[in-house]
Amino acid sequence: MSRVIHPNPSSPRADWREACAYSHGRTSFAFLDEGAKREIRRRMLKAVAIPGYQVPFGSREMPIARGWGTGGLQLTLSLIGPEDVLKVIDQGADDSVNAVSIRRFVTRVTGVRTTTDTPAATLIQTRHRIPEEPLRPHQILVFQVPIPEPLRLVEPSEVETRRMHSEADYSRMWLYLYEDIVTYGEITIGARYPVLVNRRHLMDPSPIPRWDVARLNGNPALMLFCAGREKRIYALPPHTRVEPLEFEDFRFQVESFDDRRCLHCGSTQSFLDEIIEEETGRRLYACSDSAFCEKVRKAGDGSTPPSRKEERLP
Amino acid sequence: MGYVAVRGGEQAIANAETLLLMERVGGASELLTPRQIREQLHLAVDRVMGEGSLYAPDLAALAFKQAAGDTFEAAFILRSYRTTLPRIGYAESAGTEHMRIVRRISAAFKEIPGGQILGPTADYTLRLLNFDLEQESAQSNACVIRQLLQVAGNLDPLPESFPKVVELLRREGLLVSRSSAGDADTHVFDVTRHALSFPAPRSAQLQTLARGETGGLLALAYSNMRGYGSVHPVIGELRVGFLPVEMKHPLTGTPARIGEIKVTEAEVIARLDQSDGEPRFTLGYGLCFGHNETKAIAMAVLDRAMGAAEPEAPSEDQEFVLTHVDGIESMGFCNHYKLPHYVTFQSDLDRLRHLRAAPPSAEAADELKPEESGA
Repeated sequence: MSRVIHPNPSSPRADWREACAYSHGRTSFAFLDEGAKREIRRRMLKAVAIPGYQVPFGSREMPIARGWGTGGLQLTLSLIGPEDVLKVIDQGADDSVNAVSIRRFVTRVTGVRTTTDTPAATLIQTRHRIPEEPLRPHQILVFQVPIPEPLRLVEPSEVETRRMHSEADYSRMWLYLYEDIVTYGEITIGARYPVLVNRRHLMDPSPIPRWDVARLNGNPALMLFCAGREKRIYALPPHTRVEPLEFEDFRFQVESFDDRRCLHCGSTQSFLDEIIEEETGRRLYACSDSAFCEKVRKAGDGSTPPSRKEERLP
Repeated sequence: MGYVAVRGGEQAIANAETLLLMERVGGASELLTPRQIREQLHLAVDRVMGEGSLYAPDLAALAFKQAAGDTFEAAFILRSYRTTLPRIGYAESAGTEHMRIVRRISAAFKEIPGGQILGPTADYTLRLLNFDLEQESAQSNACVIRQLLQVAGNLDPLPESFPKVVELLRREGLLVSRSSAGDADTHVFDVTRHALSFPAPRSAQLQTLARGETGGLLALAYSNMRGYGSVHPVIGELRVGFLPVEMKHPLTGTPARIGEIKVTEAEVIARLDQSDGEPRFTLGYGLCFGHNETKAIAMAVLDRAMGAAEPEAPSEDQEFVLTHVDGIESMGFCNHYKLPHYVTFQSDLDRLRHLRAAPPSAEAADELKPEESGA
């Protein structure tokens, strides 16, 4: 990821004036000016060095709106090189409108190849999901993050949450979970379940479902998170210990689909979207990960989807 | 198949863009030129430049045209263009006493050195719908303007520099001194290059407010004026004019004038402050691109309000104000709720169904078997 990126490998353009003059419309390779890319890469390195810690950065304004993935996009554009293969998903799907829009923009300013096949991608930008297929070493998964602060749930002030992180004072978060159990008999957090990283920093995993939380742990790929509006970058280096907050006598639970199957591929091994059938009002279920679903269908047999290994703690 | 999930892909997006074009230019009227917008809708252009934080009247006019008159959207387009531009350097600090004045008023004193200059304002015009504008004649407009210029031609030219009204108070020692925007080493915080942390330096506060959305600033400032706060402002001076911009020559190091920008500046005098023993006035400062008096005054009130030692109202809380006034950020986040949230909603649905299946009695809680352990 630290390789120097030039608009054209055969004729390096080190000078910013030339880089800016590079003719994708009126902007430089990968849109951001070279100084911005370098600055963002340095911030990422710091984030990797302190897993789960939110590194502030000078977030740039992008041609997509705040809250629509400007953070993820800035990481992608700072990392991407001409030989990268990009995959973009939203809610697990490659053909979701926002994923299409982001993919279209990145290819327009870089000309890189794109794919929907998870193992074939070198760089994956995602909103709200981790692909079902296991990630490989040297792959980079970039998450779009709306609210990077897990403690925002219990504390609105940034000054106060920074203090809580620095002192590893997460008592109010634990109390929140406890009170949830007392009130409802359940922990009611749906997506965005808070996790403890490397036994030190409480981290917001972005609004992925609890289904995906276990796969953050010990994952061989590099996972980078960025909130453009809130101007924060954080990271999970490969093989980092990530644990959802849970009590010994009250365990973390993932979403349950009660043996329901995907109506397209028949998989029972994937996170399912609920669909209401128009004529009958029946509830149907389909894979949220469209590329995974496609692959299982092509394999022809729903009972043998590509293996979905859970990374376990050592 | 009875359902089509809302996934249209490339073609749907392309069609959406064409429909937008149709709405903008589908009528029978002549196409607007950016020049018309720059000249005739100049206040919109000023607002877009301020909120887009890029002083570029031609580009702002173009963005306004592209956004079909949506100032949020136009400022957003200008900001994202700004991202592609490298930071070449920082201009020298400019003193507003050297402003080429277009308008200058004080509400604090009847007579001010240099005199009150009303300039272009609709403040004292009855806001009656002017039906004459339906059939406006360039000829009669030119005639009215010529008459004014004839009168103006017989007057003395304006001085090059006007003394600041608040200087009078400052000289008398009646104003509380505040840290200048550039700290002791004249270091200026750049909010476009660094994330804010709190307490934010004054330069960061003022930059954030100057880039803020006019309506957002106004709402917060108004809450303070109305009662959720304690700033009762008197406008010491409000100026609109052209401010020379100087940069150090990269080789010789001597400051050279590279142009001028139109700005609005407001200095409000507010309540007594007795923190250092002697009662004094305090000052709030506002300055923004272009001609936008509402924004400059709201900014000045907020600048003053955030100086409160113990925040008691939202507008006095620096973190609250500075993290919520940016139009590009708030508008983007508000609109992002239109994006699909199937996955998170499914996750919430799962929780809710689970809750309803298991009533929250102590026994029920005990009976629940953990489905899967995350660790």
